[in-house]
Amino acid sequence: MASYTPTVSLDDPRTSTGGNGVPPPLRGNGDDFGSPFFDVRLRRARLGLVVGLTGILMIFISFTSAYVVRQGLPTLDPRTNTLLHDWFPVPLPRLLLINTFVLLISSFTMELARRHAARKAAFAQVAAVPGVSVDANEKVSWLALTVVLGLSFLTGQGMAWRELAASGFYVSSSPSSSFVYLLTGMHGVHLFGGVVALLTAGIASLLRRPADSQLIVLDVTGWYWHFMALLWVYILCLLEFVH
Amino acid sequence: MATREFAAHEAHAHAAPQGFIRKWVFSLDHKVIGLQYYFLALTAVFVGMFLSLLMRIHLIWPNITLPLLGDIKPETYLTLVTMHGTIMVFFVLTTAPQGGFGNYFLPIQIGAADMAFPVLNMLSFWVTALAFIVMLGAFFVTGGAPLHGWTGYPPLSALQSAGPGEGAGADLWVISIALFCIGALMSALNFITTTLDMRAKGMTMMRMPLTCWAWFITAILGLLAFGVLFSAGILLLLDRNAGTSFFVPLVTVNGQLAAHKGGSPLLWQHLFWFFGHPEVYIAILPAMGLCSQLVSVFSRKPIFGYKAMVYAMLSIGLLGFMVWGHHMFMSGMSPYTAFAFSVMTMAIGVPSAIKTFNWLGTLWGGRIRLASPMLFAIGFVSLFVSGGISGPFLAQPTLDIPLHDTAFVTGHFHLIMGVASIFGIFAATYYWFPKMFGRMMNENLARWHFWLTFVGTYCIFMPMHYAGMAGQPRRYSQFTELHYLEQLIPLNTFITFAAFVTITAQFFFIFNLFWSMKYGKKASDNPWEATTLEWTTATPPPHDNFAGHTPVVYNGPYEYSVPGAPRDYVMQTDPTTVAAH
Repeated sequence: MASYTPTVSLDDPRTSTGGNGVPPPLRGNGDDFGSPFFDVRLRRARLGLVVGLTGILMIFISFTSAYVVRQGLPTLDPRTNTLLHDWFPVPLPRLLLINTFVLLISSFTMELARRHAARKAAFAQVAAVPGVSVDANEKVSWLALTVVLGLSFLTGQGMAWRELAASGFYVSSSPSSSFVYLLTGMHGVHLFGGVVALLTAGIASLLRRPADSQLIVLDVTGWYWHFMALLWVYILCLLEFVH
Repeated sequence: MATREFAAHEAHAHAAPQGFIRKWVFSLDHKVIGLQYYFLALTAVFVGMFLSLLMRIHLIWPNITLPLLGDIKPETYLTLVTMHGTIMVFFVLTTAPQGGFGNYFLPIQIGAADMAFPVLNMLSFWVTALAFIVMLGAFFVTGGAPLHGWTGYPPLSALQSAGPGEGAGADLWVISIALFCIGALMSALNFITTTLDMRAKGMTMMRMPLTCWAWFITAILGLLAFGVLFSAGILLLLDRNAGTSFFVPLVTVNGQLAAHKGGSPLLWQHLFWFFGHPEVYIAILPAMGLCSQLVSVFSRKPIFGYKAMVYAMLSIGLLGFMVWGHHMFMSGMSPYTAFAFSVMTMAIGVPSAIKTFNWLGTLWGGRIRLASPMLFAIGFVSLFVSGGISGPFLAQPTLDIPLHDTAFVTGHFHLIMGVASIFGIFAATYYWFPKMFGRMMNENLARWHFWLTFVGTYCIFMPMHYAGMAGQPRRYSQFTELHYLEQLIPLNTFITFAAFVTITAQFFFIFNLFWSMKYGKKASDNPWEATTLEWTTATPPPHDNFAGHTPVVYNGPYEYSVPGAPRDYVMQTDPTTVAAH
C-alpha cells in the first residue's frame, strides 16, 4: 500500500521524454528547422519507419519460410505411384544483375539526396541570419535521379519477367518459378511505394510546401529505400543460392 | 526535447474541423476514429450474432423452413460457420478493443493530443471498413459465401471448384482478410509509435495504466502476426487464381485431377496458426488490461502487483508466438515436436495464473463498488478462469486427439476468446461511456444485461464441453439423425434456448447505449472517481484532448486509498499529493 510522503521532488517529475519552455511557432510560416519540433517529428517518423519495416520484414520472413519448406516437399507421381521432387531451379535472367546494379546506384543517389536535404536544413538556419547568404542549391537533382533509377529498376524487373515467360517459366510452371514471380513482385510493389513517396516529396517541393515536412519524407524514404535495396540483394541471393 | 509543447503545437496546427465529412467521416481525430471502429464492430457483432442464431436453430430443427431465408442446406450451414467465425474474430474481437477503445483512450491516457500519425490512423480505419464491406460482399456473389471455416484450410479454400462458395465468395474472403491485415499493420505501427514517443512529461512506461500496456503489447503482437497472415493470404490467392501449388497437393475434385501438385496444406496451417495463436491474445489482452484497471478502480485499491501484471502480459505475448503447433496435433507431427508445443502451451498457464491471482488479490479486502463496469470486469475474470482451465486439457496431445474438432473446443474458445473479450468490450463501454458521450448509461438496464448475459453464456458454452466429450463434432450441419448422439438432443435444445435468451438480452444493451446518448443522466468529468488522465479533462474531451495544455504526470495510475491523502484517490496529475511507494 502506498503512503502519503511528499518526498518526491515536485518540480522534476521523472520523465523519459521531456519538455522545454520554448513557445511553439505555428506551422506553415516557413521552415521550422530551428525549432525543437523538427527533431521531435523526425524522430517520430523514423521510429514509425522502424516499426513499419518490422511488419514488412515479417511478410518476407514468412515467404522465406514457405520457400524453404516448399523446396523439401515431395509430390506423388500418379503414373508411377512414386514420390518425387518437383522443385526445378529457375535459370535467373542475367538482366537481374543489371537491375541490382541500378538499384544499388539508386540507393547511393538516394543517400546523396537525403544528405543534401539535411544540409539544406542546416544552412536554412544560417541563411536566416541577416546579411548571410548561402548557396545550397544542388547541381544535380539527386531526388529526380533516384526516381528515374527506381523506375528503371521496376521496368527492368518487368523485362526480366517477360524474359522468364519467353523461356517457358510462368507463375504456375513450377514451385520455384512461382516464388521468383512472388518475391520479385512483392519487392517491386514495396519499392513502388518508395517511388510514390519520393514523387510526393518532389511535388511538395514544387508547390513550395514547408521544407521540414519534405525533409522528413525524404529522410524516412531514404532509409526505406536502403532497406528495399538490401532486401532485394537478400531476395536475389535466396533465389540464386538456396536450392 | 519538446514533446509536450510540440503536442500542443500539433493540436493547434490541426484545428477542429467543422464540416460533417471532415469531422465524422474522414476524420483525423483519434476519438472519432475510435468511435468509427467501435460502431463498425457493433454492426459486425450483430451480423455475426444473427449467423450464430441461424446455426443454433438449424442444429435442433434441421428441417425447418425459415421465413425469407428458406431451408438451410448443409453447405449453407458451413457458410454460416465460416462467416460467423471470420466476422467475430476479425471485425469484432480485433476491432473493438484495440481499434475502438485503444484509439480513443490510448492518447488521452498517456497525455497526448492525438495518435502519432493521424492520416495513417484514418487510413487504417477505412481499409478495415472496406475489408468488412468486401467480406459482406461474399454473401451476394454467385455461389455465396465460402465454406472453408475461419481458418481457411486448403485444399478446400484453395480450389475454385471445391464447393459452391469457393468461387468468387472465397476470393472476396481472402481479399478481405488481406485488406484487414494491411489496416491492422498500419494501426499497430501507430499504436507502438504513439506509446513510445508521445507520452506526456512524467508518464514513464511504468506509470502507464495497464490498459495502455495491454494496447501496446497487443500492437506488437499484431505487427508480428498480421504480416504472416498477409503473406499466407497472398499465397492462397495465387493458388486460387494463378495456378500455383503452394498449398495444394495432387488432389482430385469430383473425380477430376486438379491442375495442382506438390503443395502442402500443412504449410498453410503453420503460417495461419503462427498468426492465429497470437490473434487469440490480440483479442483478449486489451480486455485483461481493462479488467485490471476496473478491478482497481472499483475496489478502491492499487492493483496488486503492477509490475507482475506488465511482465505477465509480456510473457503471454512472447509465449503466444511459440505455441502455434498445438492447433496441429492431429497433423501427424513428430511426438517430440508435439511435446515441445505442449509444454510451451501449458507454460502460458503461469502468467495467466499470475494475472488471475493479482485480480483476486486486488479484490481482496477492497471496498468494492459493484457498478456495471465492475460487474463485467468480475464476469471477465470468471470467464477467463473457466474458459482458460480447459486450455491445459487441450494442450496435451493425448487429450487433444480425441477432443479435437469436437464441441469441447468450441466451448473452450468461445468462453475464453469470445465471451471473455466481449465482456471486456461491455465493461469498457459502461466504464467509458460517460467520458465519450457525456452521459451515464442506465444502471438498472446494465444490471439486467449483465446477469442475463453472464448466466446465458455459461448456459450456452458450458454444456458444449460435455457434448464434445460425448463425441459431438463441431461444424457438422446435422447430428439429430446420428444414433450415438441422440441423447445429446435435449442438451443442444437447452443451448439453443439459452442462446435465444442471451441474444435477447443484448437488445437491453443496444437500447441502453442509444437511449443514454440522448437521455442519460449528465455525467461529471470523473464519475467513477478514477485517477487516470482521461478523467482530468472535460467530458467529452475537446478536440486536442486537454484544451491547449498538456498534462504533467506525478503519480502512478492506481493510487487509491492512499493513507493521509485528502480523498481516497490521487489523480496522476496531482502534484500536491504525491504518493511514494
